[in-house]
Amino acid sequence: MNVARHEVMSGSDLLLKAEGIQKSYGGVLALHDGCIELGAGTVHALCGSNGAGKSTFLNILMGLEAPNSGRIWLNGSETRFASPASALAAGIAIITQELSPVPDMTVAENIFLGRESRRAGWFVNQTVMRRKAAELLERLNFAVDPRAKMRRLSLGQIQLVEIAKAIDQRSSVLIMDEPTSAIGEKETAVLFDAIRQLKSAGVGIIYVSHRLSELFSIADEYTVFRDGGFVRTGLMKDIDRDELIRLMVGGSLIDQQCAATESEKATLLEVQGYSRAGEFEDINLSLKSGEIVGLYGLMGAGRSEFASSLYGISRRNRGRLVMDGAEVEINSPGDALKFRIAMITEDRKASGLFLSQSVRKNISLTSLSSLSRWSFINERKEKAVAERMIERFHIKVRTRDQPVRQLSGGNQQKVLFARSLTTSPRILICDEPTRGIDEGAKREIHAFLAEFAAQGNAVLMISSEVQEILASCNRVVVFRHGRQVAESPVTRITPEHLLHWAS
Amino acid sequence: MSTSTKQMGRAGARSRTLGSLGQLFARYGIVIALGLIVLALSVLSDNFLTSGNLTNVLRQVSINGILAVGMTFVILTGGIDLSIGSVLALTGMVGASLVVGSKPHSPILAILAALAVGVVAGACSGIFIAWVRLPAFVVTLGMLSAVRGLTLIYSQGMPISNLSSGFKFLGQGTFLGIPVSVVLFGATALAAWVVLAYTVYGRRVYAVGGNMRSAHTCGINVRGIIFSVYALMGLLSALAGVTLTARTTAALPQAGVAYELDAIAAVVIGGTSLTGGIGGIPLTVVGVLIIGLLNNGLDLLGISSYYQQVIKGLMIVAAVLIDKARHADAA
Repeated sequence: MNVARHEVMSGSDLLLKAEGIQKSYGGVLALHDGCIELGAGTVHALCGSNGAGKSTFLNILMGLEAPNSGRIWLNGSETRFASPASALAAGIAIITQELSPVPDMTVAENIFLGRESRRAGWFVNQTVMRRKAAELLERLNFAVDPRAKMRRLSLGQIQLVEIAKAIDQRSSVLIMDEPTSAIGEKETAVLFDAIRQLKSAGVGIIYVSHRLSELFSIADEYTVFRDGGFVRTGLMKDIDRDELIRLMVGGSLIDQQCAATESEKATLLEVQGYSRAGEFEDINLSLKSGEIVGLYGLMGAGRSEFASSLYGISRRNRGRLVMDGAEVEINSPGDALKFRIAMITEDRKASGLFLSQSVRKNISLTSLSSLSRWSFINERKEKAVAERMIERFHIKVRTRDQPVRQLSGGNQQKVLFARSLTTSPRILICDEPTRGIDEGAKREIHAFLAEFAAQGNAVLMISSEVQEILASCNRVVVFRHGRQVAESPVTRITPEHLLHWAS
Repeated sequence: MSTSTKQMGRAGARSRTLGSLGQLFARYGIVIALGLIVLALSVLSDNFLTSGNLTNVLRQVSINGILAVGMTFVILTGGIDLSIGSVLALTGMVGASLVVGSKPHSPILAILAALAVGVVAGACSGIFIAWVRLPAFVVTLGMLSAVRGLTLIYSQGMPISNLSSGFKFLGQGTFLGIPVSVVLFGATALAAWVVLAYTVYGRRVYAVGGNMRSAHTCGINVRGIIFSVYALMGLLSALAGVTLTARTTAALPQAGVAYELDAIAAVVIGGTSLTGGIGGIPLTVVGVLIIGLLNNGLDLLGISSYYQQVIKGLMIVAAVLIDKARHADAA
């Protein structure tokens, strides 16, 4: 699909142009042909599914990372930003989910951070700053008190403050990465009003959102990336939702047929009416022996939160859990392990591994009671278990006593799988099990999950990758805004279905 | 592509060897330092390498040694306990109060009572840190003051002396020719080493300090572990308290002031990371010995105790620098 890239832009004022941006990490190409043409006074939607290379591209535009090759022009002259500070100075500002306001400062202080109004050169002039901030917020119609501490604001309000700041700095290009993923409808409306104001002031906006309906209501143009490369650019009014989704996921439908293991199998686990205030509501699902169930949804849809409460990391407010016909109570990970449920969390470094400890100790930690007598650890047994697991998962280590920190991401992830297996679970919950790991390790983990399920166990797998869900699951449950909105065997659906349900 | 990967692999292997040499030094540098101190003192002073002097050194370090063993558990979980000097004073006072007068209680009962008071004091800190989730620094700073106050109230600010002879055995007697206080330190350190290195509980202590969220995910009762190390610290503070009281044959309301600093110093010099999860008893013992030998050696050489403090301070900073280098290496 080789649509000419320049046909859209030809006439209007070109603010920012990037071409042939390439970036690889450790030999793996994350982005091979990133490009965009952003005109003044337009909102440009940058689309693509996870792993399409959007974040890498934006990081390069913002000077957070240096590209391997490619060229960037700002207002017609070629530039390359060495740091976010120089990008900001040149008039490019970014607003992301990971905003970094100073929580104990006021709104006014945050807006003018580093550019404070001074009195006698040394003293911050609070009065002037507050007045200027009030005028600015008033003009933009943002309902935020300039004297309020940032800590007290909602996420939506914090975004408005960041936008106000960007406007005051006279940024000509504004990048918004998932600005609505954490805010409600009312705040979204205010945000869109602000975006329209910016547009009329000639600011160019690159807008990234998984919520496709938003793109159709706010964006003028689109650019689609897929698998690290440019696919197509055009006017929003010339494309419909189905076509956009098709561009994002690629034309190919998956002809994956999972072994038809259907309803006759025994139910291992039944979740009834699980709810946790503000996170997920009334979730009902069952896991059958031999099944891999995928949990799909957008960021913030409540999937990880649900999985965490299922495993006992956080408490549910309501809901019952039935295993083998009897109701069970799981209020801590210790309970879950007792009922032979294991979990591999989303962020392996933050809530899975002990980085400074050895591979052996990481693997054995949850099964120490079976490896010890009178609380004394039988190291011979422990080493044998570690060796067996290292072989089983082909974990690449120099010795079993090597600190986990020194392993690659894929091998670290395998250590977690090895640990979960030592407690002989019947149910394995894994949250983004293959995120950020190499292809080889990915394939091995998928093979392991299939084998694990085939032995009569069950897997609940959260994934944001459509392809992964369709290729490795039997059934998929889709979450949206904390609710379960669809459930289907994967054989009956296409990537388009998943994206439709989720957004 | 494949050749360049191979070359990278080789370069990586080389830097790893260098890295592990560096790690080896970072890890055992403190043992080498201990060796050098012993060597230097043997050369510089004729009186150093005598059994009398060495026994004396061990006796002097035994109190700090017992405290440092407890502190190792606390610091391994990423915590800190500043209240141990005060707990030591209170428990020493409680023990002493039961073995004075015309009808003294049995020394065993006095010791058990003191230990119980120590565990309760530690448990108080533990509850606030593990369940109320206040920072350990703040909780134990409060305990430092509160428990010192309780000691003064209990003793009405007066020392207690004329202890019964059975009680004094703890501080002055010998066991197989070794001072009882040294035996207690040795036994405590040995038991603590076995627990930390070879038991499930020990592994959990390291896990909680290494990564609290991961530990929780692994089904470990994180709060229980945190609570337990403060209770244990209280127990060992009490053991140190009765031992010190017995050795000095009197319980002083001002006993143990600033003892927490030497205990923390020994643990840190021994390379246990203040962020938790890394370290252990053997190197804490080395840290204890280094501090003891420095004090003793500098005394023997007639160097003012003022200088001793300066040198100790520099040692602590150096130890943390090594710790930091090791972490940078690992990352």
